[in-house]
Amino acid sequence: MTDSATRGLKPKHQRLVLLSLALVALIGAGLLAAWALRNQASYFYLPSEIVAHAPGPDQGVRLGGMVEMGSIKEQPDGTTIHFVVEDGTAKVPVSFTGIVPALFVEGSGVVADGRMGADGVFVAEELLAKHDENYVPKELEGMSQEQVRRQVEATLE
Amino acid sequence: MHGYANPARFLKIARWFTMPLLVGGLLVTAAALVWGWTSAPPDRLMGDSVKILFIHLPAAWLGMGGWTAIAIASLVELVWRHPLAAISARAVAVPGAVFAFLCLVTGSIWGRPTWGTWWVWDGRLTSMLVLLFLYLGYIALTNALAREGSSSRIAAIFGLVGAINVPIINRSVVWWNSLHQPASITMGNSAIDPVYLYPLLASVLGFSLLFGGVVFARMRAILADAQAEARLRRKAQKAELAQTARGDA
Repeated sequence: MTDSATRGLKPKHQRLVLLSLALVALIGAGLLAAWALRNQASYFYLPSEIVAHAPGPDQGVRLGGMVEMGSIKEQPDGTTIHFVVEDGTAKVPVSFTGIVPALFVEGSGVVADGRMGADGVFVAEELLAKHDENYVPKELEGMSQEQVRRQVEATLE
Repeated sequence: MHGYANPARFLKIARWFTMPLLVGGLLVTAAALVWGWTSAPPDRLMGDSVKILFIHLPAAWLGMGGWTAIAIASLVELVWRHPLAAISARAVAVPGAVFAFLCLVTGSIWGRPTWGTWWVWDGRLTSMLVLLFLYLGYIALTNALAREGSSSRIAAIFGLVGAINVPIINRSVVWWNSLHQPASITMGNSAIDPVYLYPLLASVLGFSLLFGGVVFARMRAILADAQAEARLRRKAQKAELAQTARGDA
Protein backbone atom coordinates (compact mmCIF):
# COMPACT_ATOMS: atom_id res chain seq x y z
CA MET A 1 0.00 0.00 0.00
CA THR A 2 2.70 2.45 1.02
CA ASP A 3 4.76 1.08 -1.81
CA SER A 4 2.25 2.20 -4.43
CA ALA A 5 1.89 5.58 -2.70
CA THR A 6 5.62 6.30 -2.80
CA ARG A 7 5.94 4.90 -6.29
CA GLY A 8 3.13 7.23 -7.43
CA LEU A 9 5.08 10.30 -6.29
CA LYS A 10 8.50 10.45 -7.85
CA PRO A 11 11.07 12.75 -6.17
CA LYS A 12 10.75 15.08 -9.16
CA HIS A 13 7.00 15.43 -8.59
CA GLN A 14 7.46 15.73 -4.86
CA ARG A 15 9.74 18.72 -5.44
CA LEU A 16 7.25 20.19 -7.91
CA VAL A 17 4.36 19.96 -5.43
CA LEU A 18 6.48 21.33 -2.58
CA LEU A 19 7.76 24.25 -4.63
CA SER A 20 4.29 25.03 -6.00
CA LEU A 21 2.93 25.22 -2.45
CA ALA A 22 5.83 27.44 -1.42
CA LEU A 23 5.22 29.70 -4.41
CA VAL A 24 1.49 29.99 -3.66
CA ALA A 25 2.32 30.92 -0.05
CA LEU A 26 4.89 33.46 -1.26
CA ILE A 27 2.52 35.11 -3.74
CA GLY A 28 -0.18 35.16 -1.06
CA ALA A 29 2.20 36.90 1.35
CA GLY A 30 3.17 39.41 -1.34
CA LEU A 31 -0.46 40.20 -2.17
CA LEU A 32 -1.32 40.62 1.52
CA ALA A 33 1.62 42.99 1.96
CA ALA A 34 0.55 45.01 -1.08
CA TRP A 35 -3.02 45.15 0.27
CA ALA A 36 -1.77 46.32 3.68
CA LEU A 37 0.27 49.02 1.97
CA ARG A 38 -2.57 50.23 -0.24
CA ASN A 39 -2.82 53.56 1.58
CA GLN A 40 0.75 54.04 2.79
CA ALA A 41 2.34 53.27 -0.56
CA SER A 42 0.24 55.79 -2.45
CA TYR A 43 2.24 58.74 -3.66
CA PHE A 44 -0.56 61.27 -3.20
CA TYR A 45 -4.09 61.73 -1.89
CA LEU A 46 -7.09 62.56 -4.09
CA PRO A 47 -9.14 65.71 -3.38
CA SER A 48 -12.02 63.58 -2.01
CA GLU A 49 -9.63 61.95 0.49
CA ILE A 50 -8.21 65.34 1.52
CA VAL A 51 -11.73 66.76 1.98
CA ALA A 52 -12.90 63.69 3.95
CA HIS A 53 -9.85 63.60 6.25
CA ALA A 54 -8.52 67.14 6.36
CA PRO A 55 -4.79 67.13 7.25
CA GLY A 56 -3.53 69.37 10.07
CA PRO A 57 -2.10 72.81 9.21
CA ASP A 58 1.49 71.62 9.87
CA GLN A 59 1.14 68.28 8.11
CA GLY A 60 2.87 68.07 4.75
CA VAL A 61 0.80 66.13 2.21
CA ARG A 62 0.72 65.53 -1.52
CA LEU A 63 -2.50 66.31 -3.33
CA GLY A 64 -3.06 64.74 -6.74
CA GLY A 65 -5.80 65.02 -9.32
CA MET A 66 -6.90 66.82 -12.46
CA VAL A 67 -6.46 70.55 -13.01
CA GLU A 68 -10.02 71.82 -13.53
CA MET A 69 -10.70 73.32 -16.96
CA GLY A 70 -10.54 77.14 -16.92
CA SER A 71 -9.38 77.27 -13.32
CA ILE A 72 -5.76 78.47 -13.74
CA LYS A 73 -5.67 82.15 -12.74
CA GLU A 74 -2.45 84.13 -12.81
CA GLN A 75 -2.12 86.51 -9.90
CA PRO A 76 -1.03 90.18 -10.28
CA ASP A 77 2.47 89.46 -8.84
CA GLY A 78 3.23 87.43 -12.00
CA THR A 79 4.69 84.36 -10.26
CA THR A 80 1.75 83.09 -8.24
CA ILE A 81 -1.03 81.03 -9.77
CA HIS A 82 -4.32 79.80 -8.35
CA PHE A 83 -6.04 76.72 -9.71
CA VAL A 84 -8.46 73.97 -8.68
CA VAL A 85 -7.62 70.25 -8.39
CA GLU A 86 -10.56 67.88 -8.80
CA ASP A 87 -11.18 64.14 -9.00
CA GLY A 88 -14.79 64.10 -10.17
CA THR A 89 -16.31 64.14 -6.68
CA ALA A 90 -14.41 66.83 -4.75
CA LYS A 91 -12.46 70.01 -5.51
CA VAL A 92 -9.56 71.66 -3.67
CA PRO A 93 -8.31 75.19 -4.52
CA VAL A 94 -4.50 75.41 -4.75
CA SER A 95 -2.06 78.31 -4.70
CA PHE A 96 1.51 77.98 -6.01
CA THR A 97 4.41 80.40 -6.44
CA GLY A 98 7.20 79.45 -8.82
CA ILE A 99 7.92 77.89 -12.19
CA VAL A 100 5.45 75.23 -13.31
CA PRO A 101 6.55 72.08 -15.22
CA ALA A 102 5.97 72.02 -18.99
CA LEU A 103 3.18 69.47 -18.79
CA PHE A 104 1.17 71.50 -16.28
CA VAL A 105 -1.99 72.35 -18.26
CA GLU A 106 -5.73 72.48 -17.60
CA GLY A 107 -7.46 69.11 -17.84
CA SER A 108 -4.22 67.24 -17.12
CA GLY A 109 -2.94 65.46 -14.02
CA VAL A 110 -0.95 67.24 -11.32
CA VAL A 111 0.66 66.37 -7.97
CA ALA A 112 1.06 69.27 -5.52
CA ASP A 113 3.36 68.91 -2.51
CA GLY A 114 2.48 71.29 0.34
CA ARG A 115 0.06 71.86 3.20
CA MET A 116 -3.57 72.81 3.76
CA GLY A 117 -4.07 76.46 4.73
CA ALA A 118 -6.53 77.58 7.41
CA ASP A 119 -8.63 79.26 4.71
CA GLY A 120 -9.16 75.97 2.86
CA VAL A 121 -6.63 76.82 0.13
CA PHE A 122 -3.89 74.23 -0.39
CA VAL A 123 -0.52 76.00 -0.49
CA ALA A 124 1.82 74.03 -2.79
CA GLU A 125 5.60 74.23 -2.43
CA GLU A 126 6.30 71.95 -5.38
CA LEU A 127 4.29 71.07 -8.46
CA LEU A 128 4.77 67.87 -10.47
CA ALA A 129 2.94 67.23 -13.72
CA LYS A 130 1.43 63.80 -14.25
CA HIS A 131 1.36 62.37 -17.74
CA ASP A 132 -1.45 60.07 -18.83
CA GLU A 133 -1.01 56.86 -20.81
CA ASN A 134 -1.83 58.47 -24.18
CA TYR A 135 0.85 59.35 -26.71
CA VAL A 136 -0.59 61.59 -29.43
CA PRO A 137 1.26 63.75 -31.98
CA LYS A 138 0.59 67.51 -32.03
CA GLU A 139 -1.21 67.36 -35.40
CA LEU A 140 -3.88 65.01 -34.04
CA GLU A 141 -4.57 67.03 -30.90
CA GLY A 142 -8.22 67.97 -30.41
CA MET A 143 -9.53 65.43 -32.91
CA SER A 144 -12.09 62.87 -31.83
CA GLN A 145 -11.15 59.18 -31.68
CA GLU A 146 -12.98 58.59 -34.95
CA GLN A 147 -11.20 61.47 -36.71
CA VAL A 148 -7.83 60.21 -35.47
CA ARG A 149 -8.56 56.73 -36.76
CA ARG A 150 -9.49 58.06 -40.19
CA GLN A 151 -6.44 60.33 -40.30
CA VAL A 152 -4.15 57.42 -39.40
CA GLU A 153 -5.73 55.15 -41.99
CA ALA A 154 -5.33 57.82 -44.64
CA THR A 155 -1.64 58.20 -43.78
CA LEU A 156 -0.98 54.48 -43.83
CA GLU A 157 -2.67 53.84 -47.18
CA MET B 1 14.19 19.06 -23.05
CA HIS B 2 16.95 16.95 -21.54
CA GLY B 3 18.21 16.45 -25.08
CA TYR B 4 20.01 19.76 -24.68
CA ALA B 5 21.23 18.89 -21.19
CA ASN B 6 24.48 17.79 -22.75
CA PRO B 7 26.60 20.97 -22.77
CA ALA B 8 28.50 19.84 -25.87
CA ARG B 9 25.31 19.57 -27.89
CA PHE B 10 24.05 22.90 -26.50
CA LEU B 11 27.36 24.61 -27.35
CA LYS B 12 27.14 23.42 -30.94
CA ILE B 13 23.74 25.09 -31.33
CA ALA B 14 24.64 28.17 -29.26
CA ARG B 15 27.68 28.82 -31.47
CA TRP B 16 25.35 29.08 -34.46
CA PHE B 17 22.89 31.39 -32.73
CA THR B 18 25.13 33.86 -30.91
CA MET B 19 26.51 35.92 -33.77
CA PRO B 20 23.30 36.23 -35.85
CA LEU B 21 21.40 37.30 -32.73
CA LEU B 22 24.00 39.90 -31.74
CA VAL B 23 24.49 41.35 -35.22
CA GLY B 24 20.79 41.13 -36.12
CA GLY B 25 19.87 42.72 -32.80
CA LEU B 26 22.30 45.59 -33.33
CA LEU B 27 21.02 46.22 -36.87
CA VAL B 28 17.31 46.05 -35.96
CA THR B 29 17.82 48.25 -32.88
CA ALA B 30 19.79 50.85 -34.83
CA ALA B 31 17.23 50.86 -37.64
CA ALA B 32 14.31 51.12 -35.20
CA LEU B 33 15.90 54.02 -33.29
CA VAL B 34 16.77 55.94 -36.48
CA TRP B 35 13.24 55.30 -37.78
CA GLY B 36 11.65 56.43 -34.51
CA TRP B 37 13.86 59.44 -33.96
CA THR B 38 13.53 60.78 -37.52
CA SER B 39 9.88 59.93 -38.29
CA ALA B 40 8.06 60.43 -34.99
CA PRO B 41 6.49 63.88 -34.60
CA PRO B 42 6.60 65.74 -31.25
CA ASP B 43 3.99 64.65 -28.71
CA ARG B 44 1.13 67.08 -28.05
CA LEU B 45 2.36 67.68 -24.48
CA MET B 46 5.87 66.26 -24.15
CA GLY B 47 7.30 67.53 -27.44
CA ASP B 48 10.43 65.79 -28.67
CA SER B 49 11.20 64.17 -25.32
CA VAL B 50 8.65 61.49 -26.30
CA LYS B 51 11.49 59.87 -28.27
CA ILE B 52 13.06 58.53 -25.06
CA LEU B 53 10.14 56.06 -25.14
CA PHE B 54 11.97 53.99 -27.79
CA ILE B 55 14.67 53.10 -25.26
CA HIS B 56 12.81 53.42 -21.97
CA LEU B 57 10.02 50.93 -22.67
CA PRO B 58 12.13 48.10 -24.20
CA ALA B 59 14.56 48.50 -21.29
CA ALA B 60 11.72 48.25 -18.75
CA TRP B 61 10.19 45.19 -20.43
CA LEU B 62 13.54 43.38 -20.75
CA GLY B 63 14.51 44.27 -17.18
CA MET B 64 11.29 42.65 -15.92
CA GLY B 65 11.41 39.85 -18.53
CA GLY B 66 14.95 39.02 -17.41
CA TRP B 67 13.88 38.30 -13.86
CA THR B 68 10.89 36.29 -15.11
CA ALA B 69 13.37 34.16 -17.07
CA ILE B 70 15.56 33.79 -13.95
CA ALA B 71 12.51 32.63 -11.96
CA ILE B 72 11.51 30.05 -14.61
CA ALA B 73 15.11 28.77 -14.88
CA SER B 74 15.29 28.56 -11.07
CA LEU B 75 12.09 26.48 -10.95
CA VAL B 76 13.45 24.17 -13.68
CA GLU B 77 16.71 23.83 -11.76
CA LEU B 78 15.05 23.01 -8.43
CA VAL B 79 12.42 20.61 -9.80
CA TRP B 80 14.01 18.93 -12.84
CA ARG B 81 17.70 19.49 -11.95
CA HIS B 82 18.38 20.50 -15.54
CA PRO B 83 22.13 21.17 -15.78
CA LEU B 84 21.78 24.23 -18.03
CA ALA B 85 19.10 25.95 -15.93
CA ALA B 86 21.48 27.50 -13.40
CA ILE B 87 23.85 28.59 -16.16
CA SER B 88 21.10 30.28 -18.15
CA ALA B 89 19.82 32.10 -15.04
CA ARG B 90 23.35 33.39 -14.34
CA ALA B 91 23.70 34.43 -17.98
CA VAL B 92 20.43 36.41 -17.92
CA ALA B 93 21.26 38.32 -14.74
CA VAL B 94 23.86 40.72 -16.20
CA PRO B 95 21.93 41.96 -19.27
CA GLY B 96 18.81 42.07 -17.09
CA ALA B 97 20.55 44.36 -14.63
CA VAL B 98 21.89 46.54 -17.46
CA PHE B 99 18.39 47.01 -18.90
CA ALA B 100 16.86 47.72 -15.46
CA PHE B 101 19.55 50.38 -14.97
CA LEU B 102 18.93 51.78 -18.48
CA CYS B 103 15.20 51.99 -17.71
CA LEU B 104 15.84 53.93 -14.49
CA VAL B 105 18.33 56.33 -16.14
CA THR B 106 16.19 57.09 -19.21
CA GLY B 107 13.13 57.43 -16.97
CA SER B 108 14.94 59.92 -14.77
CA ILE B 109 16.13 61.98 -17.76
CA TRP B 110 12.56 61.90 -19.13
CA GLY B 111 10.99 62.80 -15.78
CA ARG B 112 12.90 66.06 -15.40
CA PRO B 113 11.34 67.92 -18.40
CA THR B 114 7.90 66.24 -18.26
CA TRP B 115 7.03 65.75 -14.58
CA GLY B 116 9.41 68.40 -13.25
CA THR B 117 11.56 66.05 -11.16
CA TRP B 118 14.43 63.58 -11.61
CA TRP B 119 13.10 61.14 -9.06
CA VAL B 120 10.16 60.51 -6.74
CA TRP B 121 9.56 57.63 -4.35
CA ASP B 122 6.30 56.44 -5.89
CA GLY B 123 5.32 52.79 -6.25
CA ARG B 124 6.54 52.26 -9.82
CA LEU B 125 9.94 53.95 -9.50
CA THR B 126 10.69 52.40 -6.11
CA SER B 127 9.79 48.84 -7.15
CA MET B 128 11.91 49.22 -10.32
CA LEU B 129 14.88 50.35 -8.18
CA VAL B 130 14.30 47.30 -5.96
CA LEU B 131 14.53 45.14 -9.11
CA LEU B 132 17.96 46.62 -9.92
CA PHE B 133 19.16 45.91 -6.35
CA LEU B 134 17.79 42.34 -6.60
CA TYR B 135 19.82 41.86 -9.80
CA LEU B 136 23.00 43.19 -8.16
CA GLY B 137 22.47 40.92 -5.14
CA TYR B 138 21.78 37.94 -7.39
CA ILE B 139 24.93 38.56 -9.47
CA ALA B 140 27.08 38.87 -6.34
CA LEU B 141 25.57 35.69 -4.86
CA THR B 142 25.97 33.56 -8.02
CA ASN B 143 29.55 34.79 -8.48
CA ALA B 144 30.43 33.90 -4.88
CA LEU B 145 28.80 30.45 -5.20
CA ALA B 146 30.61 29.75 -8.48
CA ARG B 147 33.97 30.82 -7.02
CA GLU B 148 33.58 28.45 -4.09
CA GLY B 149 32.20 25.69 -6.29
CA SER B 150 29.07 25.47 -4.11
CA SER B 151 25.65 24.35 -5.26
CA SER B 152 23.62 27.08 -6.96
CA ARG B 153 20.44 26.01 -5.15
CA ILE B 154 20.48 29.06 -2.84
CA ALA B 155 20.65 31.33 -5.89
CA ALA B 156 17.67 29.48 -7.41
CA ILE B 157 15.64 30.09 -4.25
CA PHE B 158 16.68 33.77 -4.38
CA GLY B 159 15.55 33.87 -8.02
CA LEU B 160 12.12 32.48 -7.13
CA VAL B 161 11.55 34.66 -4.06
CA GLY B 162 12.68 37.78 -5.93
CA ALA B 163 10.10 37.08 -8.66
CA ILE B 164 7.37 38.43 -6.36
CA ASN B 165 8.67 41.91 -7.25
CA VAL B 166 7.83 41.54 -10.96
CA PRO B 167 4.01 41.55 -10.59
CA ILE B 168 4.39 44.32 -7.99
CA ILE B 169 6.19 46.51 -10.58
CA ASN B 170 3.48 45.69 -13.12
CA ARG B 171 0.56 46.43 -10.77
CA SER B 172 2.13 49.33 -8.85
CA VAL B 173 0.45 51.96 -11.02
CA VAL B 174 -2.94 50.28 -10.56
CA TRP B 175 -2.81 49.51 -6.82
CA TRP B 176 -1.38 52.80 -5.64
CA ASN B 177 -1.70 56.43 -6.70
CA SER B 178 1.61 57.06 -8.42
CA LEU B 179 3.26 59.81 -10.42
CA HIS B 180 4.05 57.30 -13.18
CA GLN B 181 1.12 56.83 -15.55
CA PRO B 182 -0.65 53.45 -15.99
CA ALA B 183 0.35 51.06 -18.77
CA SER B 184 -0.13 52.36 -22.32
CA ILE B 185 0.02 48.93 -23.90
CA THR B 186 -2.23 46.23 -22.43
CA MET B 187 -3.44 42.95 -23.93
CA GLY B 188 -4.38 43.83 -27.50
CA ASN B 189 -4.85 47.51 -26.71
CA SER B 190 -2.61 50.53 -27.13
CA ALA B 191 -3.00 54.16 -26.12
CA ILE B 192 0.10 54.99 -28.16
CA ASP B 193 -0.44 56.55 -31.56
CA PRO B 194 0.73 54.31 -34.48
CA VAL B 195 3.43 56.86 -35.47
CA TYR B 196 5.15 55.99 -32.17
CA LEU B 197 3.91 52.43 -31.75
CA TYR B 198 5.46 50.80 -34.85
CA PRO B 199 9.05 52.08 -34.32
CA LEU B 200 8.58 51.19 -30.65
CA LEU B 201 7.70 47.58 -31.41
CA ALA B 202 10.65 47.36 -33.83
CA SER B 203 12.92 48.67 -31.08
CA VAL B 204 11.51 46.09 -28.63
CA LEU B 205 12.32 43.36 -31.18
CA GLY B 206 15.86 44.68 -31.73
CA PHE B 207 16.70 44.96 -28.02
CA SER B 208 15.20 41.48 -27.41
CA LEU B 209 17.42 39.91 -30.11
CA LEU B 210 20.43 41.64 -28.54
CA PHE B 211 19.39 40.34 -25.12
CA GLY B 212 19.16 36.79 -26.50
CA GLY B 213 22.58 37.09 -28.16
CA VAL B 214 24.21 38.31 -24.95
CA VAL B 215 22.59 35.46 -22.98
CA PHE B 216 23.93 32.85 -25.44
CA ALA B 217 27.40 34.43 -25.41
CA ARG B 218 27.46 34.49 -21.61
CA MET B 219 26.25 30.88 -21.33
CA ARG B 220 29.09 29.82 -23.63
CA ALA B 221 31.58 31.82 -21.56
CA ILE B 222 30.35 30.32 -18.27
CA LEU B 223 30.55 26.77 -19.72
CA ALA B 224 34.06 27.44 -21.07
CA ASP B 225 35.10 28.76 -17.66
CA ALA B 226 33.84 25.62 -15.96
CA GLN B 227 35.66 23.42 -18.50
CA ALA B 228 38.95 25.30 -18.06
CA GLU B 229 38.69 25.07 -14.30
CA ALA B 230 37.98 21.33 -14.39
CA ARG B 231 41.01 20.81 -16.66
CA LEU B 232 43.28 22.81 -14.32
CA ARG B 233 42.01 20.85 -11.34
CA ARG B 234 42.72 17.53 -13.08
CA LYS B 235 46.21 18.73 -13.97
CA ALA B 236 46.91 19.80 -10.39
CA GLN B 237 45.65 16.44 -9.10
CA LYS B 238 47.90 14.57 -11.52
CA ALA B 239 50.92 16.65 -10.49
CA GLU B 240 50.15 16.03 -6.84
CA LEU B 241 49.86 12.28 -7.42
CA ALA B 242 53.18 12.25 -9.28
CA GLN B 243 54.85 14.16 -6.46
CA THR B 244 53.59 11.81 -3.72
CA ALA B 245 54.68 8.84 -5.82
CA ARG B 246 58.20 10.29 -6.10
CA GLY B 247 58.25 11.01 -2.37
CA ASP B 248 57.39 7.41 -1.61
CA ALA B 249 60.19 6.09 -3.77
